[in-house]
Amino acid sequence: MMRRRRKIVATDPFVPVAPTIPVAPAPKAVGPRPNPERLRARAEIRLKFTAACFVLGFAVIGAKMAGISASEAREPSTIGLAGASIVSDRADITDRSGRVLATNVDATALYAQPHKMVDPKAAAEGLARIFPDMDPEAWERRFTSGSKFYWLKGNISPEQQQAVHDLGEPGLLFGQRELRVYPNGPLAAHILGGARYGEQDVRAAEIKGIAGVEDVFDDYLADPAKEGAPLRLSIDLPTQTAVENVLDGGMRLMNAKGATAILMDIHTGEVRALASLPDFDPNSRPRPATEGDPGDSPLFNRAVQGVYELGSTFKIFASAQSLELGLTNAGTMINTAPGLRVNGHRIRDFHDYGDQLSVTDVIVKSSNRGTARLALDIGAARQQDFLRSLGFFEPTPIELTEAPGARPIIPDRWPEITTATVSYGHGLSASPLHLAAGYASLLNGGTRVSPTLLARDTAPDPGPRVVSERVSAESRHMLRQVVMRGTASLGEVPGYQVGGKTGTADKPKYNGGYWDDKTITTFASIFPAHDPKYVLVVTLDEPEVFAAGEDRRTAGWTAVPISSEIVRRVGPLLGLRPDFNPDTDGFGAYLTQVVAR
Amino acid sequence: MRTLLYALSIAAVVGLAFWSYRESYETRATERAVADLQRKIGQRHQKLSMLRAEWAYLNRPDRLNALAEMNFETLGLMPLTPDHFADLGDVGFAPPATEWPPAWVPNAPLDEKIGDIIIMNHAYGADAPPRVIAPPTLADDGEQLP
Repeated sequence: MMRRRRKIVATDPFVPVAPTIPVAPAPKAVGPRPNPERLRARAEIRLKFTAACFVLGFAVIGAKMAGISASEAREPSTIGLAGASIVSDRADITDRSGRVLATNVDATALYAQPHKMVDPKAAAEGLARIFPDMDPEAWERRFTSGSKFYWLKGNISPEQQQAVHDLGEPGLLFGQRELRVYPNGPLAAHILGGARYGEQDVRAAEIKGIAGVEDVFDDYLADPAKEGAPLRLSIDLPTQTAVENVLDGGMRLMNAKGATAILMDIHTGEVRALASLPDFDPNSRPRPATEGDPGDSPLFNRAVQGVYELGSTFKIFASAQSLELGLTNAGTMINTAPGLRVNGHRIRDFHDYGDQLSVTDVIVKSSNRGTARLALDIGAARQQDFLRSLGFFEPTPIELTEAPGARPIIPDRWPEITTATVSYGHGLSASPLHLAAGYASLLNGGTRVSPTLLARDTAPDPGPRVVSERVSAESRHMLRQVVMRGTASLGEVPGYQVGGKTGTADKPKYNGGYWDDKTITTFASIFPAHDPKYVLVVTLDEPEVFAAGEDRRTAGWTAVPISSEIVRRVGPLLGLRPDFNPDTDGFGAYLTQVVAR
Repeated sequence: MRTLLYALSIAAVVGLAFWSYRESYETRATERAVADLQRKIGQRHQKLSMLRAEWAYLNRPDRLNALAEMNFETLGLMPLTPDHFADLGDVGFAPPATEWPPAWVPNAPLDEKIGDIIIMNHAYGADAPPRVIAPPTLADDGEQLP
């Protein structure tokens, strides 16, 4: 509510009017005026500061530009790893000279998106025409079930792709992927193993190894930081081919149901060839057998997984240890007369070799009683230690998925009878690869060798010493005489002084006891014996051959001829010059080789 | 003086702006070209790996073995055996070349070299032109030519 202001009427010009104009307060007392010089100086400082900021800003920009223009022109890399996008997903696998064993090729996958389909029934029928293994009714049901995605085929050929294109169905689509290819087919199948698709996408698919080196080196092969550097194996492709061919022919000739061969560098432990028959094609790796003996499956790697009693090939370990311990020397006579009983068991020989034989002749003639006596003299504890130092008590360290599972079968208790039987290779089961590593360690001069599948550019440091060089040379000389005048006389290859030991073991039945007419025959050899370069182990499963008037199942008639043919074929391929000089078989050559090394 | 400075700096700014504008476009074009090249390199790599696989497939030992057997009549290839090694002394090398006097050059002064030529007028008649028996020449591979 506004109140009306009373109007002041000036009735009397002399009546003073109430003063309404406010009077400005008196200004405060001001100090003395500041010095204009100081003001100017302050302003100058501020201006200079601002200018300096600008100069600094431009200088930074200018310096950066100068830096860019002066620096080397380099392509900006937005990808974390340069070039990672242009190398293929999985590295190749090559042999020791770079020949391709496994590589990738482009492939096409077929998938369906049923919700984009125009006519699911026609699509299903059209697909069944192109791919006879597809059931039209089943696929029609699936295409109309409301699902939005189906993988149809993992890998189709260009012709099939064109045929699918010609169906004109927008719901059938193609995915890019790489296919793992083993161009040599079944060659070295057990080493390579195989691969399958892991995680799948329509743009790409991950390849995963499932066995062999593909599985063991899965991380290495799939590592993009390696930029596709191939995995170089120690395998030699021509050697592997020759070994597989000879072994395959030999297996047929000897009517064996399986065979395996290992060729290994005796000093470095590099496996030059490793074959196991029957084999398979890793391009279409069969499924593991769900019934029957897994040992008969082609997937079974007899060289690594096959744990067998390796028979008389073990005898050289007993004699070498006896020599090493100084209990005997090569000429010491050993009682081999019949009637040796250990823990109530009679030790038998294949023939009667007379009342006594020298240690060399025990090996040459392969006398069980002789090696049993040597082993009983050595004792169980020392025998176990020696076999352990040769690697017979743990799985082989070779780079295969199957290797860690192939544990040798060691007897739980080690009574005297075990000591006796293990000395001639019964009661202890090991894989042929164990035997190859054991022979290499014993005969290369006496240092432990661990088998490997990777190529080595430089020789590894020698392993721990197993036996002295002298004992190693004496053992080689004994093995050479086995071939020259003993059980392996068919193993002689002119030019390559093969030395080796045969081993024939009866196959154990599943329910205990041994078969009478089924054997595992093994020939473990080295060549050239006076200066060994390679060790070769050939094992046949249930061989039987009719030769010289009777059925033969011993190693001397089965594994040895195959082994000698392998040496004959493989020696030149390995670059070994044959030496036809008979002096090399004298014991002096064995000792000078030791001195020369 | 000050006007000139201003004019120069403005001109410099305009010039630099134009330069950086051009540089940026050039850079983008180069980046595109690089990406294109990367893609092409990738394609070539793919092709190369495909060719390598094909090469390995065509050179697989099975096939080479079969080819060697098929063409045994012409090639006579067989597996290498120890018998194929030989001593260096067994190789039939060409004998070391004999030092022959330099051949006679026509129109050369005959004063000193007169002993190197044989004039065979007596064998072919008095009016036959003189014939020079040149020293035998060796072919490139050391074989003696007729």
